[in-house]
Amino acid sequence: MLNKDMEIRIRDLNIYSMYKNKKNSHILKNINLDIPKNRLTSIIGPSGCGKTTLLKSINRLHDIQENIKVEGHVFIGDEDIYNPRRQVNEIRKMVGLIAQRPYPLPANIYDNIAFGPRLHGKRKKSELDDIVENCLKRTYLWEEVKDRLKEPAVALSIGQQQRLCIARALAVEPEVLLCDEITSALDPISSEKIESLLLTLRQDYTIVMVSHVLRQARRLSDYVVFLYFGEVVETGYAKEFFESPKDQRTKNYISGIMPGL
Amino acid sequence: MNKYIKESIFKVLMVISVFIVMAYIVIIIGINVVKGGIVIINNPSVVFTAPGPKYLLGGEGGILHAILGSVFMVIPSTCIACVVSYLIALFLQVDYIKNNFSNKLRVVFDVLWGIPSILYGIFILNILIVTNRRGSLGAGIITLALLQMPVIVRYMDEALNSVPNGIRESAYSLGATRLETAFTTTKYALPGIIAGALIGMGRAMGDAASVIFTSGAGNSMPKGLSKSASSLPVLIFQQANSFYPSVREHAYAASFVLIVIVIILNTVSRISSKHFQKYTSGSGK
Amino acid sequence: MKKQNTRIILDKIFKCLMVIIISAVLLFIIALLIMLIRRSQLILSRYTIWELLFSSDWDPDKGLYGFLPAVTGTFFVTVLSLLIAVPISILSAVYISEYMPSTIKSYFQTFIDVLAGIPSVVFGLCALLVLVPLTRDVIGPLFGVKTTGMCVFTAALVLAAMVFPVIISITVESLGILPVGLKEQFLSLGATKWQLIETVLFRAAGPGIISGIILGFGRAFGETMAVVMVIGNKNILIPSLFSPGQTLPGIIVGSFNEMMSVPEHQSALIFISLILFVIVLFFNILANIIKNRLKSRWRYE
Repeated sequence: MLNKDMEIRIRDLNIYSMYKNKKNSHILKNINLDIPKNRLTSIIGPSGCGKTTLLKSINRLHDIQENIKVEGHVFIGDEDIYNPRRQVNEIRKMVGLIAQRPYPLPANIYDNIAFGPRLHGKRKKSELDDIVENCLKRTYLWEEVKDRLKEPAVALSIGQQQRLCIARALAVEPEVLLCDEITSALDPISSEKIESLLLTLRQDYTIVMVSHVLRQARRLSDYVVFLYFGEVVETGYAKEFFESPKDQRTKNYISGIMPGL
Repeated sequence: MNKYIKESIFKVLMVISVFIVMAYIVIIIGINVVKGGIVIINNPSVVFTAPGPKYLLGGEGGILHAILGSVFMVIPSTCIACVVSYLIALFLQVDYIKNNFSNKLRVVFDVLWGIPSILYGIFILNILIVTNRRGSLGAGIITLALLQMPVIVRYMDEALNSVPNGIRESAYSLGATRLETAFTTTKYALPGIIAGALIGMGRAMGDAASVIFTSGAGNSMPKGLSKSASSLPVLIFQQANSFYPSVREHAYAASFVLIVIVIILNTVSRISSKHFQKYTSGSGK
Repeated sequence: MKKQNTRIILDKIFKCLMVIIISAVLLFIIALLIMLIRRSQLILSRYTIWELLFSSDWDPDKGLYGFLPAVTGTFFVTVLSLLIAVPISILSAVYISEYMPSTIKSYFQTFIDVLAGIPSVVFGLCALLVLVPLTRDVIGPLFGVKTTGMCVFTAALVLAAMVFPVIISITVESLGILPVGLKEQFLSLGATKWQLIETVLFRAAGPGIISGIILGFGRAFGETMAVVMVIGNKNILIPSLFSPGQTLPGIIVGSFNEMMSVPEHQSALIFISLILFVIVLFFNILANIIKNRLKSRWRYE
């Protein structure tokens, strides 16, 4: 495995949460991790083990929370995103986040997609039209909404809203997509649509996904990271990971016998 | 790079705004504490003496009548307002009526809150005129009770509202009547209710526009429910612009006393609602 | 079984009690309205509403009741104070809720609460001691105007200070209840913090902020004492912001002594109260409608 194939490299990442009256807790302990380029990587593990925290650290979203202290380095390509001299919003532009539940902008569908490009200074109508159409087509939403681009985005069903949020993230041309349990709030049919969408997107983007559902991770992932109480226990390509896990804890988790849970 | 410049410009503007607000607070409290403090330190008897002859022309006397007037007016009125408001808040909360209707009632109380206090004064004054009476301590009490009621109702309602629904449901499932359930939730909302009462008290304490018409606003000690009474804010209003420095000093001293009372009420109510937060967040999970 | 009955009876008794009290409150509002209307009938029977509102002479001794000076005075004072207060309070509310570390934030909110609780006469006193000399000696000369300091401008400055806590606390509150997820999603599109505030948060918190502004308006509009103490109380059409003026509530307080004697004068003052009441009612209802409208238009979930 060459270093070149790796998009995201995480080195010595430690995350602590600091509360005034409570004991500080060490959420992520010495994470060293490589995530392959243009693949779909799943982070799995029992709840409360720091999956979402790890995911957000790739986007520097912990900056907006006061109680969380981050140490270490995360490289995307060759760049250290925790380099204090870099503008944090330029970094976040490279890394899109799709969350558990969609929050469309309180505006119409068109403005929702055009929001990102406008932030980065694209104002020309024709250019924006192209971007909107393109992104909606990529998320298979175009056919469903092309006649009502001026309607408020909250009028869409929640599954459509989630795809709209994916389209919105694509509109700023990120390199990495972070997906935080994006199907957990949806019904089975909508989740299936989103899953197949992810499968097509992984050719062009590096996708990192957090999933509670083992079966989903098995269906979708190319590469799997198993996180257990803040530590990376095992990583590997999906096939070998699920078929011949090396660590005992992984074996237990995959087969569903997890002592103490 | 344009958007970064914009961000820093707005950041500077925001910091300036915060400083302006801070400066206002510091100046208001500072000026009153300094001016009033000097008066009281130089002549502590101001607080304990009743007004003498030629009081408004720079004669002898202190502000005791206003302090006592305020206390005698505010405490009974807060008690009345609390009882009434508590029943109203319960009525909004208990399931006697449909939710939709209680939301409409809430709008009514918001409107009442927004009415300028002078209108309360005018209303009571008119009743006094019709019944051929003069402004008195009793009328002042009623005015202030009306004035603080919407405030207290709002806070009590919010406090009762934030009691977790589970408590209500479990009380019902044990066979409690609606009234008993409401009393149970009251126990949980008590700190918030007390905070509301204190905030209403603060409003009544500081309001001059309503009592200036109704309490008589004379310069005598409060002697009975049907006799005229003064209060601290009215005294400040009447004497702040006086020609005589010694009379103006009464206003400074009165505003010092008033600010101290208001800050105490505020702090206690804050502590009380903090305690309340601890309560609900503990049972939230 | 007997105990069961008493419990249910108690329940019913309290229900009746509450219904009575609520009806009394509703009755109070209706009585207030009826009283204001009936008692202003006297003045309305002698003059038309237009004569009262658009005549600028006020001299009750000669039977002249023109409200125009007070109406314009109220308008200028209120609008000017909101022009000062709204930008400052919204900017500082954003700073408090989005940029301040949470430990300082809670102290600051206590400060704001203290400001909210300070009685209006204290504001008035403070304005007499600080703002009046300031306007007289610094701001007036700066604009090249000679002024006593007891003027519309000073009144607006005091009112602004009284409006701050209303708008700030409501804005901070409505920004504070926005979910973190909303911010995260838009930050990860590469928005700078100010872009996020400007484009997303102001809309999502918009209904709250606007109702805060309208409440602030209500406070500025109905405020009596602090304004009366510094505005100079002259019933003239104000030639400039630095001249003394009059407000509607100010007229009432200013002439409450005469109120008992001349019926016509009394009726004029009550008509002013009626105007105040109607305007406050109107703005409260307007605030409610706007809030609900925006809530459904600027929904974010």
